Amino acid sequence: MTRNDNMGPLTRLLMNDAQGRKLLMVLVALAVIIPFCNLVFPQDSFFHISTYTMTLLGKYLCYALLAIAVDLIWGYCGILSLGHGAFFALGGYAMGMYLMRQIGDRGVYGNAELPDFMVFLNWQELPWYWFGFDQFWFAMLMVLLAPGILAFVFGFLAFRSRVTGVYLSIITQAMTYALLLAFFRNDMGFGGNNGLTDFKDILGYSLQSDNTRAALFIASVLAVIIGYLISRFIVTSKLGRVLVAIRDAESRARFLGYRVEYYKLFVFVVSSMLAGVAGALYVPQVGIINPGEFAPINSIEIIIWVAVGGRGSLYGAVIGAVLVNYAKTYFTGAFAELWLFMLGGLFVLTTLWLPKGVVGLWAQIKEKQQIRKAGSAAANASAQGDVS
Amino acid sequence: MSAIPKHIENPYVLYMDGVSVSFDGFKALNSLSLVIAPGEMRAIIGPNGAGKTTMMDVITGKTKPDSGTILFTDTHQQEYDLTRFDEADVANLGVGRKFQKPSVIESLTVFENLEMSLKGGRGLWAALVHKLTPERAAKLDEILDMIDLSDKRDWMAGSLSHGQKQWLEIGMLLGQEPDLLLIDEPAAGMTDEETMKTAELFKRLAQKHSLVVVEHDMDFIEALDCKVTVLHEGHVLAEGSLATVKANQQVIEVYLGR
Ligand SMILES: Nc1ncnc2c1ncn2[C@@H]1O[C@H](COP(=O)(O)OP(=O)(O)O)[C@@H](O)[C@H]1O
Ligand SMILES: [Mg+2]
Repeated sequence: MTRNDNMGPLTRLLMNDAQGRKLLMVLVALAVIIPFCNLVFPQDSFFHISTYTMTLLGKYLCYALLAIAVDLIWGYCGILSLGHGAFFALGGYAMGMYLMRQIGDRGVYGNAELPDFMVFLNWQELPWYWFGFDQFWFAMLMVLLAPGILAFVFGFLAFRSRVTGVYLSIITQAMTYALLLAFFRNDMGFGGNNGLTDFKDILGYSLQSDNTRAALFIASVLAVIIGYLISRFIVTSKLGRVLVAIRDAESRARFLGYRVEYYKLFVFVVSSMLAGVAGALYVPQVGIINPGEFAPINSIEIIIWVAVGGRGSLYGAVIGAVLVNYAKTYFTGAFAELWLFMLGGLFVLTTLWLPKGVVGLWAQIKEKQQIRKAGSAAANASAQGDVS
Repeated sequence: MSAIPKHIENPYVLYMDGVSVSFDGFKALNSLSLVIAPGEMRAIIGPNGAGKTTMMDVITGKTKPDSGTILFTDTHQQEYDLTRFDEADVANLGVGRKFQKPSVIESLTVFENLEMSLKGGRGLWAALVHKLTPERAAKLDEILDMIDLSDKRDWMAGSLSHGQKQWLEIGMLLGQEPDLLLIDEPAAGMTDEETMKTAELFKRLAQKHSLVVVEHDMDFIEALDCKVTVLHEGHVLAEGSLATVKANQQVIEVYLGR
């Protein structure tokens, strides 16, 4: 047997996944070292890692989880969603609403019930859809359900009518754009243009404190690990192979008797929830969520991360997200106006020359080395043969 | 839709009557009628554009006919109106289909392709927690053997030759354990030797399944040694043994003569 269907789930997941094991080890190491260096070493120590850096890395991790989510549907099932930023933003808003309620009466207007922007709009009471968001568990449920339900309804309609390819991509863009416009409106009750911000606490702990920041960082690492394992579990199961069948030969999957629309819907909803969790962890670390997160360009950027990292490889998606965002941080500092052109150029470059992304390039180099090694070994052997 | 005719015993697996399909006014199938008996093998021939592939499309739920009856009887003598089902339903009722262009999952191994085809476990949950049982593994080995790909079980399907892909797809049909197999131009891209082996395989299958085979290769049809239906412009032109059909004046004019 070459496969490990009959082993325990975690063994099966990590057995044939050398890169995944490395990735998880790096993540665990980060979760220990970064908060340790931030909290234990004094500011002037060589080993100190600033809260700024830790938060920046935490942000990259949220992007990494988002990239895993997109790779799961695009890399494995061929669904090119150009609207995943919307699920990320919805998860972010759900978290943001909780954080707004945590402010309590410490807002500018000192209203214990209503967030500042509602007082400013002269609202008398909390809209019904804000109910429950003072409870952490409820907000976390909504982090999963808000993106999940939208993905379910959207996916149900799109996949049942067999909308695929470019058409699907276009309507996902339309979806996120529509949400962008909706969330811009003040009377939607999500803070309009300014979004939700000026957060104070999470679970009663100050968001300004390094301890809280470290905890959020560790939570982000855990989320990436869990997201990776869930995705890995899916793609290594028979369900994952059906997804690949749908990607490569959709009608073959149908004629084998698989309900393609259900499979797509399942993976689309799971992916949207992972994106929602990413958004929820992102918001307390950056301190704001506004309608800009729904911008169509954001969703396109995610695709570029995955393409650069290596579509169809979960750890590749993580690498792509971190690489591109590191570059973005660097270049938007240095030459901001050029960044979009560079991003576009990067995409063209990878599609033309790196169809399997950085990860694919790496595999290629390794393969060449092995061939060369084998070649020189053979040459040595024949040289020895000559001597004898 | 015409009422489903009642039979005391169903002497057919597939019953098509007066089936018509048009694309933008062009009649791809024109009142087509065809009856396939249980365990029968039937060869379908006809010029390009005769409607052979379209016929398979309407049987398998890919295309809805404008009019006509298409009935299918499974091994439990249960009768189904196939026009009411879609592709996945029809497949699960027991109709397997091989496409004209070989259609295997190129980025999965031969083994994984076959495993996916094995009957049952089509639901999401079943697929998520699927484990290969020893019985199913044995079944897979049996199929691998039958299609001569045992030594290539861990090859990517994409790296197989054209003929081998055809065989793999036939193997996937067998995995589905269908009552009725619809096979569109299986010999295309095969060597003469492979073609003859395929004919042998089909003859063996015909004892347990019903087969409808579309093919252009006359040697292949000859080797199948079964009843032949000639399709022309979406209609049955002639039906009978290969010899009778070959002697038919109309058939010579529209198909064989050219
Ligand atoms: N989806 C479709 N749309 C328009 N025309 C079609 C479609 N499918 C088949 N046809 C036409 O119907 C006719 C029959 O095609 P087909 O069944 O593929 O023939 P065969 O398999 O016998 O060569 C052809 O003229 C083809 O162009
Ligand atoms: Mg055809």
